[in-house]
Amino acid sequence: MSRARRFRSDSQNPGALGRAKRGPRGCGVGYPALKYSLLAFAAAISLMGTAQAETIAITHAKIMTLGSAGLIADGSVIVKDGRIAAVGANVSVPAGARIIDAQGHLVTPGVVASNTALGAGEVEGEATSDDFAGATDHLSAAFDVSLGVNPASMLIPVARMGGVTRAVIVPELPGRGDKKGDKLFAGQAAVIDLSGSANSITRRYAALSADASSGAAGRIGGSHASVLQRLEADLDEAASYGANKGGYEHGTHRPYRQSKEDLEALQPILQGKEPLLIEVHRAADIRRVIELGKRLKLKIILDSVEEGWQVAGDIAASGYPVLVDPQTDLPNEFESLNSRMENAGLLSAAGVVVVVKPPYSGDYARQVRYNAGYAVAHGLPWEAGIAAITRNPAQVFGFAEKTGRIEPGLDADLVVWSGDPLEMLTVPLHVLIKGEEQPMISRAQELARRYGALDPAQPPAYRH
Amino acid sequence: MKNRLSAASLAAVMVLSACATVPPQSGASQTSSGGNEQAKEKSYPGLDPASDSDPFPSTYQGLPSSIVALVGATVFTGTGSRIDNGTVILDGGKITAIGANLPVPAGAKVVDAHGKFVTPGIIDAHSHLGVYATPEVWANSDGNEATDPNTAQVWAEHSVWPQDPGFIRALEGGITTLEILPGSANLFGGRAVILKNVPGRTVQDMKFPGAPYGLKMACGENPKRVYGSKNRAPSTRMGNIFGYRKAWIEAQDYRRKWDEYHKKLADYKAGKADKAPEAPKRDLQMDTLAGVLDGSILVQNHCYRGDEMAQMIAISHEFGFHISMFHHGSEAYKVADILRKEDICVATWGEWWGFKMESFDGIEENAALLSKAGVCTVIHSDDAILTQHLPQEAAIALAAGRRAGIEIDEAEAIKWVTANPAKAIGVLNQTGTLEPGKMADVVLWSADPFSVYALTEQVYVDGAVVFDRHDPTRQPLSDFELGQAGPAHPGARP
Repeated sequence: MSRARRFRSDSQNPGALGRAKRGPRGCGVGYPALKYSLLAFAAAISLMGTAQAETIAITHAKIMTLGSAGLIADGSVIVKDGRIAAVGANVSVPAGARIIDAQGHLVTPGVVASNTALGAGEVEGEATSDDFAGATDHLSAAFDVSLGVNPASMLIPVARMGGVTRAVIVPELPGRGDKKGDKLFAGQAAVIDLSGSANSITRRYAALSADASSGAAGRIGGSHASVLQRLEADLDEAASYGANKGGYEHGTHRPYRQSKEDLEALQPILQGKEPLLIEVHRAADIRRVIELGKRLKLKIILDSVEEGWQVAGDIAASGYPVLVDPQTDLPNEFESLNSRMENAGLLSAAGVVVVVKPPYSGDYARQVRYNAGYAVAHGLPWEAGIAAITRNPAQVFGFAEKTGRIEPGLDADLVVWSGDPLEMLTVPLHVLIKGEEQPMISRAQELARRYGALDPAQPPAYRH
Repeated sequence: MKNRLSAASLAAVMVLSACATVPPQSGASQTSSGGNEQAKEKSYPGLDPASDSDPFPSTYQGLPSSIVALVGATVFTGTGSRIDNGTVILDGGKITAIGANLPVPAGAKVVDAHGKFVTPGIIDAHSHLGVYATPEVWANSDGNEATDPNTAQVWAEHSVWPQDPGFIRALEGGITTLEILPGSANLFGGRAVILKNVPGRTVQDMKFPGAPYGLKMACGENPKRVYGSKNRAPSTRMGNIFGYRKAWIEAQDYRRKWDEYHKKLADYKAGKADKAPEAPKRDLQMDTLAGVLDGSILVQNHCYRGDEMAQMIAISHEFGFHISMFHHGSEAYKVADILRKEDICVATWGEWWGFKMESFDGIEENAALLSKAGVCTVIHSDDAILTQHLPQEAAIALAAGRRAGIEIDEAEAIKWVTANPAKAIGVLNQTGTLEPGKMADVVLWSADPFSVYALTEQVYVDGAVVFDRHDPTRQPLSDFELGQAGPAHPGARP
């Protein structure tokens, strides 16, 4: 899988890696200065423990529901028991509800960071702090990244400050792409919420991550052809296993390359119950993956697809959704020579369900809304840009019954924005996850406070 | 020629002698050759570093330009001002006038910029375009001469592939001036070069005329990791510091030897000595370091941590040079007062952080805190994608600052990607702001450049349209992208 881009230029191993008076777009929105009061922070924290039962009414909001109610110009969202109880222009505020007056600001569902390491790693450059890559010879398709998720990750509050409320953690094959190995399956993706609470796993086995990039080709033999052949062979082996589990237990089966755990993990894929998330870049490779998927009746999510716009009709006809990083417009590899920023817009126009992803590394997760903005700048309709980071990922990764829209019954993952969510100059004013209002502070703001006003009489270490 | 020569004739003799000893090889020093017909002595060009300070001179020539009046835009001048309904006049490659409701000169091509924005050309003070070109194949990986911790002798320009498609993508993002640096594997990575972001057949066609060189230095994790992994020094931060100091000692000694030689040579020429002195051996590594000590080469120092910046500053005091800018500078906000006192710029990102330990305390508020403290603040890219979106990256930092209660307006923040990087790389007298007399390096934006939706409409370099989103004849395409299957380039986009 593709690594963070910066490692290329900031690396030394060539080849190895490598409060505004005027709001944006004239919306008249001001920035509230962050209150660095420790009391406020403590209050917010204590709120978290009790908020589950709290009833909240977000009033005077412009509500982008992403659901059947569409855009509500001036309405309210009622949050009760962690869920959305009501949304609309004429809903009544329950007695005793805490009121968040949105003052006309936009409210959207919480942002989803799709295909990220967020929550399964701290410092990318320090392997001992990372849990997103764990495939081994005997644990490849079966590798379950959710078991390595750390809800206390310091990266989570940082992403949350950017309006991200859920993340789709996709494991990566070990070895920074430059080690030889034998595996195509990086393991099972997991969906988490960003509340930081102990029970933050939304969904395990959200998708099985596979790699059909030139990186994978290099790893297993050297050709995109070997990747596709190997992928099909691994699936065939799993089908054989599935049809003859008794034979496996009694040792009367053909030799299998894969472990029992991996063969088991592939069964839901073969049954079309769980999506196979495949990183693929080149137009020709995209076509071949679609052909394979249709022939084996797989549920596929196409990841990266820089040249997807060239085969947009084929992708649309397949019904397979795509994950794209709209900033990738350079011919970085020979498999992505025709990368362009219009990719997301052209795919969407062709009828493809588009999910916009951030760069992979967890510290990048908050970038996802800007990425949607860049896609919009290059042709994706604005509403589709919002959907690409809310409703669509929830649908594609199987948690649409939890969040992704503002509709009664769904978890109350809500963000009140100071302006257009896709703009850099916009910040979240309120973030709710499963009905709990999140403290708008992370380690970064604590550092800023500590060093923002240097005082010789009180060294930084005593300021916290 | 003994003892009776006038001062004037003595000077003449010295010039002749210098020419005879080291004939100039390039345009830069040919003016002193003066048609000397008597220089018949055998010559050994290139042995004296003082003989030719510019062996790879710029051959940049601006594209043809006409008189242009950009009329009606919101103008961020790069000097901290905002002009509503502004007019900017470009003539003869220079900015000739700027203000609200200016008269349009006769013969000027009028560009209706109402509802649009105009800024100085965006400057990326930290780029590896050309040296780490796309596609990212082995053949294009020329940014780190990671074979010795001190490679001050290598020059980034000698790795630049002018056909890197990244240059044109950056141009489409409004980048008109770039500092191309070697990578950060080494304590001393080599010379950085300043380029005009115009398509050129050779890197010399792109070289910014008269711009000083930079010296790339690197602190912290990268040098110690690269050489530590090779089981050689430096493998620790203390090893890094030793490496810097050892090199500066050698460089001072090198300067001393050449100064003594030139003094003795002058004495000999003046007849004060009987024997011509023997010249020291020229050393390209030492030439670059001596250039820093002489003040002609600007130190561009990759350094993330605040405490390490303080150590680098101490070294600069020890050996008597100035650090022009700390690059990346994730923790610069921790030592903002020191940086201001030392008049050192800091280049950083809006939000990149946390990818390694030395960037783990990188915060979005960094630039705003630095700016508030009076530090020359720069937003840089270090990335072929990010360089296409530098004002937007600045917007991230701006928003974080405002969220923290630091009021900075857009007219000030645009300096982070224009005037301030120009200062840090040594070209502020020529570009970086919209002021009469400066190079007409100008960007016309479809919207507020701090908006995610802003696209460049026109990019001017020295008054010439080098990119126009609406004119296919003004949309360059690299050789590499020519003839590919898809319209990879916006110029060919439907």
